[in-house]
Amino acid sequence: MPANFAPSADDMLRFGPETILTIAGTLLMVLDPLFAKKLPRMFGHLSIAALVAAIFAAVAASSVPGLAFSNLLIVDGFGTYFRILVLCIGILAVLSSYMYLEREQAETGEYHALILFSIMGQCVMVTANDLIMIFIGLEISSIATYILAGYLRNDKRNNEAALKYFLLGSFATGFFLYGIAIIYGLTGTTQLGAIRSSLNTPETSLMVAGVAAALMFVGLCFKVSGAPFQVWAPDVYQGAPAPVSAFMATGPKAAAFAIFLRIFLTAFDRIAVSWAPVVWACALASMTIGNFAALTQNNLKRMLAYSSIAHAGYILVALASNSEIGTAAAMFYLGAYALMNLGAFAVIVYISGKGETNLRLEDLAGLGRKQPFTAAMMTVFLLSLIGVPLTGGFFGKFYIFRAALDAHLTWLAVLGLLNSAVAAYYYLRLLVVMYMHEPGEVTNALEAPGPALQAALILPAVGTFFLGILPGTVLSFAQAASSFVK
Amino acid sequence: MRTLWIIPALPFVGFLINGIFGRKLSKALVSLIAVLSVVLSFAMVMKVFLEAGNLATSPVHEHYFTWIKSGGFSIGWDYAVDKLTMIMLMVVTGIGSLIHIYATGYMEHEEGYYRFFAYLNLFMFFMLNLVLAGNYLLLFVGWEGVGLCSYLLIGFYFVKDSATTAGNKAFIVNRVGDFGFSLAMFLIAITFGSLDFTKVMPAAAGKPTATLTTIALLLIVGACGKSAQFPLYVWLPDAMEGPTPVSALIHAATMVTAGVYMCTRSAPIFIHAPVAMDTIAMIGLFTAVFAATIGLTQYDIKKVFAYSTVSQLGYMFLGVGVGAFSAGVWHLMTHAFFKALLFLGAGSVIHACHGEQDMRHMGGLKKYAPWTCLVLACASLAIAGFPFTSGFFSKDAILGAAYAHAPWMYWVGVVTAGMTAFYVWRAFWMTFWGDYKGHGHPHESSWVMLGPLVVLAVLSIAGGFLFNVPEILSGMFPIKEAAENGGPGEAVLTGISVAFGLAGVGLSYLMYVVNKDIPEKITSALGGIYTLVYNKYFVDEAYDAAIVRPLIQGSESALWKIVDAGVIDGVVNGAGTQSQGLGSMLRLLQSGNIRSYATWVVIGAVVVIVAIGVGGVK
Repeated sequence: MPANFAPSADDMLRFGPETILTIAGTLLMVLDPLFAKKLPRMFGHLSIAALVAAIFAAVAASSVPGLAFSNLLIVDGFGTYFRILVLCIGILAVLSSYMYLEREQAETGEYHALILFSIMGQCVMVTANDLIMIFIGLEISSIATYILAGYLRNDKRNNEAALKYFLLGSFATGFFLYGIAIIYGLTGTTQLGAIRSSLNTPETSLMVAGVAAALMFVGLCFKVSGAPFQVWAPDVYQGAPAPVSAFMATGPKAAAFAIFLRIFLTAFDRIAVSWAPVVWACALASMTIGNFAALTQNNLKRMLAYSSIAHAGYILVALASNSEIGTAAAMFYLGAYALMNLGAFAVIVYISGKGETNLRLEDLAGLGRKQPFTAAMMTVFLLSLIGVPLTGGFFGKFYIFRAALDAHLTWLAVLGLLNSAVAAYYYLRLLVVMYMHEPGEVTNALEAPGPALQAALILPAVGTFFLGILPGTVLSFAQAASSFVK
Repeated sequence: MRTLWIIPALPFVGFLINGIFGRKLSKALVSLIAVLSVVLSFAMVMKVFLEAGNLATSPVHEHYFTWIKSGGFSIGWDYAVDKLTMIMLMVVTGIGSLIHIYATGYMEHEEGYYRFFAYLNLFMFFMLNLVLAGNYLLLFVGWEGVGLCSYLLIGFYFVKDSATTAGNKAFIVNRVGDFGFSLAMFLIAITFGSLDFTKVMPAAAGKPTATLTTIALLLIVGACGKSAQFPLYVWLPDAMEGPTPVSALIHAATMVTAGVYMCTRSAPIFIHAPVAMDTIAMIGLFTAVFAATIGLTQYDIKKVFAYSTVSQLGYMFLGVGVGAFSAGVWHLMTHAFFKALLFLGAGSVIHACHGEQDMRHMGGLKKYAPWTCLVLACASLAIAGFPFTSGFFSKDAILGAAYAHAPWMYWVGVVTAGMTAFYVWRAFWMTFWGDYKGHGHPHESSWVMLGPLVVLAVLSIAGGFLFNVPEILSGMFPIKEAAENGGPGEAVLTGISVAFGLAGVGLSYLMYVVNKDIPEKITSALGGIYTLVYNKYFVDEAYDAAIVRPLIQGSESALWKIVDAGVIDGVVNGAGTQSQGLGSMLRLLQSGNIRSYATWVVIGAVVVIVAIGVGGVK
């Protein structure tokens, strides 16, 4: 136990992003009554400012890498990468929220505060070095997201989505917590490094550790919407407000994958022989279920939900390869995936209309002619989702399957590639409808996107091309960050 | 100074200008930009050619930047030019220029003029990337890119449903090929630790045959998709829904030959994988015969040439498979001349007949469109292998090598050559001889369109001895000379194949000019067989029944009903709409979905716990 309970200056610096987000979130709640009527856009501006400030804080924190708060937190390259990633996700989600909230006349400080709190929880998750901290971060993030899913209180679809998400999410969290309890009982610690050393001693029962790992696996697999725990995702993504779905499909997922990687590659490294095959099976199941179920969807949000299950499957392939290049590949993929998915969802926010009435595939008809800019951006995201070269999605898949082959997961790589060949079909349908169908009622009535939404389209598109043409910069950072402190 | 990047950059700039501002520019300016970008690119190729030293001993290699670096594995954005690339560059930019010029005339009255040229320039960019690439990954970038452009251009007339469907089909079938190619690429990366041609090829000899065979077979899957070989050829005939210049450029002269180029580029891998070589020879030969028989029965002028393309690509693969790589490339080049000409000529005919494509509604056009008639005669002579035309040399080289490999392959090839001569000349007689049976007054095309045709006609006739590819490429591949081990001499083999070609031409004259009743008699005599061939062996229908429908139905019904049972409608399982607030919230709890979802989670959890906790740990 440390002699002095007051955290050092370095510790405070390492905790900078979380501090900023918490203060900003609270401030938003306080300011709500002041601005709600007069300057509703103020909330969005404020939260973007807070997120940008938090990115700077995350960069500053990375200048003093190391453990903080009695080893509860760890600021390393891995954590910094994911901190910046979830913060960027937050910015893009807020940018696409402007139009949505204005259309629904539901601009409040509360919405933005919840987003900031959720991201704060994710920042805690990705830098946590202790199962208790991970759990706290996970709950902060999840509870905020549950509420966001039901943000429009009078919309029944929102209610249903929130309730389903909450009930099933809590159920899964229970598994995760139970796993922590067993590990604590077995090893007497909740710190990842200590658990690892404890499992390496011969007297520890690996079977009990396996059960604990399995319970945590269930919780985490639920959070990343991997099969067989994906059942909630289509309903929740479809029912929640579109910008919230975009956020849920990227932010909490990226953070959950981060702790998935950190826990299983550090604490449970010893028993990799037993969990790796299960990850293998889940990866294959997620890809297959996601891609084949997406083939027949006609609702855009539901289709993207299945697509996100499939993409979770690809990332699980990287996890199954249980190696540093696998970790780097997963990190890269999560970045590329966040960009293309947020972009695609931003287009859905754009066309869905008040009350999200226009979510059918046909509602995109003729977008290419009526709104060539938006359609071009959507094309970029779809090509990246398909995995066409010169986009981030291509290199993401490239690294993942290469990592899998390096780890001798030949069949998984083959089946994964086959899956991504199938997936092209349903993304292609969107392209066809956008460019090769006559404009319909919906597209005829569209007005050009406003500046915030334009930014929410251009930024991810630029990022997608950047990752596709100059992947080296991000990848080398990911590679440097992929060796965990053990 | 590094200059290679300018070659693909020029069309890319053209694409950017026309793509972004094209809507506001005049047609003349759009076509000027599009044509100029490709012509300058061709000029650039010539400049590189003239300034480069001996490409055989010192290929040009330019490294721009490192694309990916992970551990010892690094891939750069590298362009490389050796003799093989140089030939491809000349074909792509040369024929590309001609077709761009032609297209300015052909597409004059079409909507979306600027869009068409933007896509076409983008295609040129990717195609040049494909042939310039110094490693497999960059090649793959071009490979996927040309596929994408092909998809966009096939579906160009998107008001037509059939065009959209054809575009989709091309894209999806090519995904199968790409799947093979990407797997091959991964395997190469793992086996050789590099994707650079300069590192992979010299190391091929030392690797285990089984690995090389797997790689080569996977590359063949890729090549079959892109170059329309059996069983992945089905997209190419449908691709004729695109505008005719597209058919000529992409689906005859350049993109579809990418598979042949890729296999030739990978020759050292193939040479050490005899099983793969045999496979590709068999696929090529079978496709050549198979597509030729279909070609005999078609009436749509573009469909005839499409099946002919599939068949001729089969020839090229036969060449590659029997080890005559340079003969394959030679045929690639001459085919680019005469097939581009056939398609452009067909476009001119279609133009003359006001959009008619059915040859039964043509005829007698030699009077109305003499120049088109003349140039198409040149192309038809070349493809029939008439002595000393371009097709004669290249086809002869392939057949000679096939004889040296296995005489029966030669004989099948020769029969196919006869069929080829027959159906091409059948199309010729039906179009130009007899009386005009169409509507309106046919007219000759403008000189913007005819000019490129004349150039191509000269190349079709003289291209064979102007560019002796095997001589140019000598030393690059181990050449198999025809008839080196006994058997009939080369002259005899050549004589036989020419005789078959001439017989085909003669027979078609007899059947479609002299005595026009014969075809009908034959048709009725053959009965079922004719129906089978006329309907393209029902391959599309078989695919539909065996793969497409089960997949869709399976996805829609049985399998995914279980997985995707949920629907969000805000009124879950009859929860009353009238009750508001807490009541309806609680009612959602009783939704069957949530309980069944929770059951899913529990079952999954049990399985995972058993697998990791109990089953896995020893």
